[in-house]
Amino acid sequence: MSAHGHTVHVPEAPTGFIRKYVFSTDHKVIGIQYFFLALTSVVVGMLLSVLMRFHLLWPGAKVPFLQGGVMTQAQYLSLVTMHGTMMVFFVLTTAPQAGFGNYFLPIQIGAPDMAFPHLNMLSFWVTFLAFLSLIAAFFVPDGAPISGWTAYTPLSGIGQASGPGEGWGQTMWIVSISLFCLASLLGALNFIATLIDMRAPGMSLMRMPLTCWGWFVTAVLTLLAFGVLLAGGILLFLDRTAGTSFFLPAGLVFTDQLQPHSGGSPLLWQHLFWFFGHPEVYIAILPGMGVASHVLSTFCRKPIFGYKAMVIAMNAIGFLGFVVWGHHMFVSGMSPYSAFAFSVMTMAIGVPSAIKTFNWLGTLWGSKIHFDVPMLFALGFVSLFVSGGLSGLFLAQPAVDNLLHATYYVVAHFHLVMGVASIFGMFAATYFWFPKMFGRMMNPTLGKIHFWFTFVGAYCIFMPMHFLGLSGGIRRYADYTAISYLQPLRPLTMFMTYAAFVTVTAQLIFLFNLFWSLKKGEVAGKNPWNATTLEWITTSPPPHDNFGGQFPSVYRGPYEFNVPGAREDFIPQNLEPSQVAMGAQS
Amino acid sequence: MPEAVSDIEEPAVALLDGGGGRPPDPGFGDDGGAGSWRPAGTPQSTYTTGMLVALGGISMFFMALVSASVVHRGMPGSDWVPLHPPSILWVTSALAVASSLTLVRARRMFKAGAESGFSRWWMATAVLGVCFLSGQLLAWRQLVSAGVYLASNPSVGFFYVFTAAHGLHLLGGVIALLWIGWRQSHGWRKSPGISPGTATAVAALYWHFVTGLWLFLFSFFLIGG
Amino acid sequence: MTTDQHRSSAAFLFPLLQFLMVAATVYVFFSNKFAPPAAITAAGAAIDHQYDMTLAVTAVAFVLSQLGLAYVVLKYRDHGQKVEFSRGNNTLELLWTTLTAVLFLGLAVLGHSAWASARMFEPSLDAVRVEVTENQFVFNFRYPGPDGKFGRLDPKKIDASLGNPIGLDSTDPAGTDDIVVPTLTVPVNQEVELLMRSQDVIHSFFVRELRLQQDAVPGLIVPVRFKAEKIGHYEVVCTQLCGLGHSQMHTYLDVVSQENFAAFLKNGGQ
Repeated sequence: MSAHGHTVHVPEAPTGFIRKYVFSTDHKVIGIQYFFLALTSVVVGMLLSVLMRFHLLWPGAKVPFLQGGVMTQAQYLSLVTMHGTMMVFFVLTTAPQAGFGNYFLPIQIGAPDMAFPHLNMLSFWVTFLAFLSLIAAFFVPDGAPISGWTAYTPLSGIGQASGPGEGWGQTMWIVSISLFCLASLLGALNFIATLIDMRAPGMSLMRMPLTCWGWFVTAVLTLLAFGVLLAGGILLFLDRTAGTSFFLPAGLVFTDQLQPHSGGSPLLWQHLFWFFGHPEVYIAILPGMGVASHVLSTFCRKPIFGYKAMVIAMNAIGFLGFVVWGHHMFVSGMSPYSAFAFSVMTMAIGVPSAIKTFNWLGTLWGSKIHFDVPMLFALGFVSLFVSGGLSGLFLAQPAVDNLLHATYYVVAHFHLVMGVASIFGMFAATYFWFPKMFGRMMNPTLGKIHFWFTFVGAYCIFMPMHFLGLSGGIRRYADYTAISYLQPLRPLTMFMTYAAFVTVTAQLIFLFNLFWSLKKGEVAGKNPWNATTLEWITTSPPPHDNFGGQFPSVYRGPYEFNVPGAREDFIPQNLEPSQVAMGAQS
Repeated sequence: MPEAVSDIEEPAVALLDGGGGRPPDPGFGDDGGAGSWRPAGTPQSTYTTGMLVALGGISMFFMALVSASVVHRGMPGSDWVPLHPPSILWVTSALAVASSLTLVRARRMFKAGAESGFSRWWMATAVLGVCFLSGQLLAWRQLVSAGVYLASNPSVGFFYVFTAAHGLHLLGGVIALLWIGWRQSHGWRKSPGISPGTATAVAALYWHFVTGLWLFLFSFFLIGG
Repeated sequence: MTTDQHRSSAAFLFPLLQFLMVAATVYVFFSNKFAPPAAITAAGAAIDHQYDMTLAVTAVAFVLSQLGLAYVVLKYRDHGQKVEFSRGNNTLELLWTTLTAVLFLGLAVLGHSAWASARMFEPSLDAVRVEVTENQFVFNFRYPGPDGKFGRLDPKKIDASLGNPIGLDSTDPAGTDDIVVPTLTVPVNQEVELLMRSQDVIHSFFVRELRLQQDAVPGLIVPVRFKAEKIGHYEVVCTQLCGLGHSQMHTYLDVVSQENFAAFLKNGGQ
């Protein structure tokens, strides 16, 4: 073995535009493809939400490109459905795991690629097909579905009869989600196999960066949860097209027409959906937690406080995530005894989340903080995660849920944790890893402006939303004029909507910075952040096999900052002990 | 030198794991043995890991369907009429078991280096798989001609869904067997990639899983499906 | 490293914003500016009590962690100091894990009775039973009439235009005295049991003042109960996305005196 690592023979890099950038098996290209797919999805998703906000404030106003000019209630509900679906699946389940995970997992563990590169490529293109199918739902006869991203039956299961968009639109939705399930399962397979078998010499599990642990637990959740959604989706599809009654009971009457179905259970759909749906939200946040830990440690130049506890906490969150799904169903007609059991488990999952928060604070304690843009977003992540997580404590109790279920309180809660905290994780990851991916730095001034606008803006949008919910603001309402007690809440809606317009506009700064820096950003070296993990020992961007033939071995944990006795304030993972400079810090 | 190592690796502060300093373990990409075929990139053991993980995911899918079926059966006031499985399913089940046995035989031949023996028993497995699928299709035919359709009642619905889902997975297995059989007679790609030994092992893992899955589903139908 | 580390305005701006956010949030939550209207049932009051306890616990956690974050950001900004190296502290981990677990699980257990009183019950003999039927996009409430029995329903007989929105089967004598009305009227200080059902998709029933919400699921009849202690006129809304007219689906709950309720039943629902 050489002094710096060992050589491994890898296949030649591909040539030609198609093989290099389109149908590539290189995990880095695939990661970037997922990243840009998620970026497209988030822009579409944000536009949909802007339209929703606009409609809530001015329901009668003309919207230029809509048929008929004024948004109908059906169109509003289809926006709600498509916004949720696009964001949860094509943004939050894509960018954190398939995007950044694909790009950086192999490099951080010292591998030349994922375990199954061709399967990886297949996963991306199936995801892309799923994306196209979802977009197609806007253009089919009668438009996109109106049943929400949760697609409860019988609204979603009976077909055309239950409402506009429930014909072809709902079918395209099911097709899209089913394809997405398949792609995700294949992706999870790749992640787990890679993590288990392809770590570099010396890279024990307990020396992996917390980003890798995040991707690991997320992949296990994905593997176990998406199969259940796929099963549910198939049964739902059959109910709609083949006359089966998996979810449809007897006696359904639409416009005075008795439906032929019999023997099914609407609650069964909810159980199947939420058995998937709850782990799904942890799939959305765990990679972000990994990134937050990683960035916090790197930019405050101190090891992560309680690495082992962090690993245990992530695994506990993952495991417990499978036994809490009933908290979405407290008032669904489920047994109140089951409800109580789910409530206890849900409160329990708050414990590992709290541990992580304490450990983040512990990491910052006694440290030396550098306020680069990735760090700003990591700090923002902690703040937003605490805010969003604590409102969960109310929702976890069925008695209190009587008051808060299906109100804007719930919407505030999940947007803070998923829609903002998780996104901040992605922003932190983008600013942090952009130099490595593209060989250039993003502009820090623009990054800071982007951060402050988004941080303040997000709080201005979603904190007031709790109050809207508390006073009885019901979610998924296309208009508020029918309910008298909702009228006085309009000022709240106005405030949130204006905050949303400003915050969404501020994202243009990020988009500009991203694309401009691709070509014009300051050229980045191998390790602009003086970080310790393996991706920073290779060139920016890395060569096809990640390490130019010289694969690293690992001699220490991932967060060796300011270790007493070392001269530098960081020790890369791959540096042999004999090569670590000793003495007083310069 | 050792003191310097310990200075860095174990500061006096109370700590949890995170330091380290053990010499690196042997890496991947080296099958470490006397074998002349050295794959690069993905280690052979990874294919086995991948298959086991895949089987985990597939199991969750079927478990979801099984749970849904159990819920339906137990629903108060449900019109669950247990389906009497067509008798041909006893034949197909026997075929499934036979196919696993031929597969075991084929792998023994492979390990002994008996090329033509391997080929014969390997193909026999694939053929038995195809016969199984034909038998399943016949079962469907029988149900339809007896007026029992997908939408007739939930137990029938689940029966069709289970047999279709299982059949699709088995078809995938047949395709894999054919591909491996073809490769074995026409030569494997050099490196990197899956080795013949690993390919047959991993395919066998999948195949036995699919057989076991069928036996489980069949028993499920028999005890009250 | 990157430049300009020693004079970052973020070190001051972030803690300031955290402080402002905490102050504003705590103020609005505790000022009750956006509180729901007062509960009119004892069960509702119990729920409010549970809410208040949860608010107290989360407020403390919120203030401590958010201001804690502000504090460490300010104090440990890079101003040339040495890092106080640490990999962690097992004792602290055990301590805060235990504390959090006790707090959170304690809250869960304490909330049990508020939940149980509305949901886990034996049917009481003098509860006023009302069957609630929801469909796109109306509520219908059925009282069993003097015989105390609900007549049989037949979905094939549903015809809203003919005045039979819930499909009362006219061949069943028990149903001839049933009263079907579009708003809910109940007597004060008497146990009411609602039997929730739906004819098409999943709907829901929510009255803020009762602190009661329950989905109406096709194929199920879900019982919930309440005992209103204040006469009044209250809004009932559907909270489960049920289709196009979801935002317009609402009705009213009238809690009336016992005499008025008796008169209401006598007059066939006027």
